[in-house]
Amino acid sequence: MALLEVEELSVTFRQRGRRTVRAVDGVSFSVDAGEVVGLVGESGCGKSVTSLAIMGLLPRQAGVTVEGRADFDGTDLLRVDRRTMRDIRGRDIAMIFQDPLSSLNPVLPIGRQVTEVLARHRGLSGEAARREAAELLDRVGIPDPTRRLREYPHQLSGGMRQRALIAIAVACRPRLLIADEPTTALDVTIQAQILELLKELVRDSGTALIMITHDLGVVAGMCDTVNVLYAGRVVETARRRPLFTEPRHPYTVGLLNSIPRLDGGRGERLSPIPGSVRDVLPWADGCAFAPRCSRQVPSCVGGPPALVLTHTDRSYRCVNPVPPAAGPATPADSGTAPAPTAGGSAAGETRTTAVPAAREEESA
Amino acid sequence: MFRFIVRRLLQLVPALFGLSVLLFIWLHKLPGGPESAILGERATPEMRAAIRENLGLDEPILVQYGRFMRRLIRLDLGTSISTKREVTTEFLERFPGTVELALTAMLIAVALGIPLGYLAARRRGRFLDHVSVAGSLVGVCVPVFFLAYVLKAIFAEHLHLFPSSGRQDPTINATRVTNFFVLDGLLTREWDAAADALWHLVLPGLALASIPLAVIVRITRASVLEVLGEDYIRTAEAKGLTERVVRNRHVLRNAMLPVSTTIGLLTGGLLSGAVLTETVFAFSGIGAFVADSISHRDYPVLMGFIMIIAVIFVLVNLIVDISYSLIDPRVRVR
Amino acid sequence: MSMTERARRKAEKLDRLGELAAARDDERGVSLWQEAFRRLRRNPAAIVGAVILGIFLVVAVLGPFFVPYGPTDTIGIREGLVKSGQGIIPGPSADHWLGFDHQGRDEFSRLVVGARQTLLVGVVSTLIGLAVGAVIGGVAGAAAGLGGRWGRWVDGILMRVIDMMLALPSLLLAVSIAALLGAGLDTVMIAVGLVSVPVFARLLRGSMIAQSSSDYVLAAISLGVRRSKVALSHVLPNSLAPVIVQATLTLATAIIEAAALSFLGLGNPDTAVPEWGVMLADAQPYLGIRPALAIYPAVAIIVTALGFTLLGEAMREALDPKLRK
Repeated sequence: MALLEVEELSVTFRQRGRRTVRAVDGVSFSVDAGEVVGLVGESGCGKSVTSLAIMGLLPRQAGVTVEGRADFDGTDLLRVDRRTMRDIRGRDIAMIFQDPLSSLNPVLPIGRQVTEVLARHRGLSGEAARREAAELLDRVGIPDPTRRLREYPHQLSGGMRQRALIAIAVACRPRLLIADEPTTALDVTIQAQILELLKELVRDSGTALIMITHDLGVVAGMCDTVNVLYAGRVVETARRRPLFTEPRHPYTVGLLNSIPRLDGGRGERLSPIPGSVRDVLPWADGCAFAPRCSRQVPSCVGGPPALVLTHTDRSYRCVNPVPPAAGPATPADSGTAPAPTAGGSAAGETRTTAVPAAREEESA
Repeated sequence: MFRFIVRRLLQLVPALFGLSVLLFIWLHKLPGGPESAILGERATPEMRAAIRENLGLDEPILVQYGRFMRRLIRLDLGTSISTKREVTTEFLERFPGTVELALTAMLIAVALGIPLGYLAARRRGRFLDHVSVAGSLVGVCVPVFFLAYVLKAIFAEHLHLFPSSGRQDPTINATRVTNFFVLDGLLTREWDAAADALWHLVLPGLALASIPLAVIVRITRASVLEVLGEDYIRTAEAKGLTERVVRNRHVLRNAMLPVSTTIGLLTGGLLSGAVLTETVFAFSGIGAFVADSISHRDYPVLMGFIMIIAVIFVLVNLIVDISYSLIDPRVRVR
Repeated sequence: MSMTERARRKAEKLDRLGELAAARDDERGVSLWQEAFRRLRRNPAAIVGAVILGIFLVVAVLGPFFVPYGPTDTIGIREGLVKSGQGIIPGPSADHWLGFDHQGRDEFSRLVVGARQTLLVGVVSTLIGLAVGAVIGGVAGAAAGLGGRWGRWVDGILMRVIDMMLALPSLLLAVSIAALLGAGLDTVMIAVGLVSVPVFARLLRGSMIAQSSSDYVLAAISLGVRRSKVALSHVLPNSLAPVIVQATLTLATAIIEAAALSFLGLGNPDTAVPEWGVMLADAQPYLGIRPALAIYPAVAIIVTALGFTLLGEAMREALDPKLRK
């Protein structure tokens, strides 16, 4: 029985005078209790919006529509009333954000920001809350926790701030933790420490973790199951090892190929995916990745490619998948150290200049 | 904190000294000294000279300044040329009225402006927001004295809801302690006098509040909008905190930073507006007295007034800085 | 060399220049101002403000040539229609669209002619404030941003002076200037203008200091461009946007402040020239009989000030780098 079951989640932003954006377009995935699940993709593929939708943190205003289901332990998070959602947030589902400095309130002491969540969901107050907060800071590896409780975010280093945010997130022992690119804003040396801490925390407490990242190194080090997102849809789902050894979707292959490898030959060139996430086809008209795909065939266009289920735990959305043996032989257990410049976003976006220009000429 | 306040107050001394020198020179360069105001245009040169000698204006300016400073140290601002009374006495009698009026206006502006600005930001693009924004734009464009007249005509003269002039109903025989009429009423337990004084403050207070209110609504709205977009608000929401806690502890606390600075800067304008409002409502504050003093070239009154204004301005901004540092740990004063 | 040859070369040169210019335009994309203007045109508030100001300008410039009556012609008293002493001041009629004022003058004509006066006072006083404030703020900003220790010293002194001006309630500053110079039109303009000096000075200084620490200034200085030239040809032009916005907003406050001075009896003593503030002040004794006499000029002042405010606020929004995306 899955802890969280997301089905056909769609988020649409409609703004007057702007193009309607379908940021998430039918995402489905599931998270089992205690499992670490990765949501991987270039920036703009809808990873963060997916997580915000699950948390009910998208702006509640006209023009933002959320469709689909997100069943968490029997409750549909997308249909639950605001009061109940406030009870669930922070207690059952917690979230860690990307930028630890801007995600902490600059005018409140760290201690207050930890104790307020204890007061809200666990009814702790006064000395008891302070003691628990100090213990939490200690558990996430912040030295001298009682002193740090009185300090303000600007007095802490980047890594310490992210640890504090993690302490806040795990304060009520949530059953599901969502980490939205938790290491992107940190120094490389700190990144590994934070990932190690997260891994430890979820292992010890049995918390399930959704790891949102563009960094396949992070995925390789942490995740049990990986969902690759493209243009607001999951294009491939697999356990970690098969994803790295036998990727089936051309986009996954592209992502893997754009990681620089230390064991690669000297003259060997990186092969980034051409184009950018913006060169998409609406899913209704065919495969969104088709414009950038090297394995494009006529049947890619015309309608959304169906989800192909192979054996258990494995599915992809492609009409012309990469044959099982042809994928790059990337060692799946490449350790915890994330690859320095991994991720399609960096490699893909630097290439945007050439290809779209050509496309414009065609349309002109 | 204590050292910060002392240092700021010490900084005030050279500033006031500089201001007093500049003002002294400037005021004494004004064409037509107080003698013309006292004697009129047809005075003979001899009469003028006699008056000037009498007032000590024939002495070198340095000597006059020395005398002014010696008195100032004893908190003696000299004698008014036109009313022949001690300037300090005049001020003690008239300043409380203006301060009462200005405080009322500021209170109205803050009490209405911050909630209105907050609600406008929260309901961005909806009716209340449009009304607030339009209202604050119009608010700064309405001359204060005109608004004062309109309020007076409608609520005092037409509807008779409020008194049309003065600070206290003359039939009430109130005891004076501090000359802050409301405070006096409370101190002496003359509740009806306090209520009546408060009643007299409503219309002039509203008129004077118009511009600060408009400014505070705008600043609060902009500031709340900015804070609402911050990541730490999202964090607070992700914690599942109640709406009230998110609003008070996270949104408002951060949004108040620019608002508090603005409130300090509004003080100068408030005193200007007070002069106009007091004129319309025949409210016996400092405004009309000072305006008269300018035309009478009443140097002691003017010097004293401007020195006090400068002190008030510095004190208000000191309070603003302190409250700012209490809200924002990043600018903690040392 | 033949004439045709020379002409051909010239044409070639021009083509080349044109090409270069085009390439440059292309590189830079649309300029800051063009983009701001484009956004301004989409903002309804800006359009309303611009329309108000357009009407106001036309009335102020052309209106006085077309008014039906002289603004000082006491026609109402001559014809025995107006008896202010007995409380008889007729209201609007077919001949006199807005009726008469207390001296039997045609209210509509006075309002139209008064627009010119208001525009004059607003523009001249704003220019005075802008000029003086820009000089002080420009020197302070250049000194603080690009000068060394000596520069900070100059800046410190100038800013103390500005802070002192800021400490004085604006109206009292204006009143004392008026007292110094005697009541009159020049006085009003100078007084209202000087009141806005500290605002302009602080704004330009702050803006220039911010620009001075930007990379392109650093680049220019490291390339050996003289600091004075950097200040004048790079920092200053890029710092002007907030000052121009402020000038638009100041036009609104200048008009209101001038009206306040007139109300206190420090305005233009020359009654031959009608002015909205004076008209408003003059109407006070007759509020009970004909409140419209106060309402006409008051509405004129409010609407005009609103026009400047709307346009100014919209400009501020259009130029705000935070909103530009």
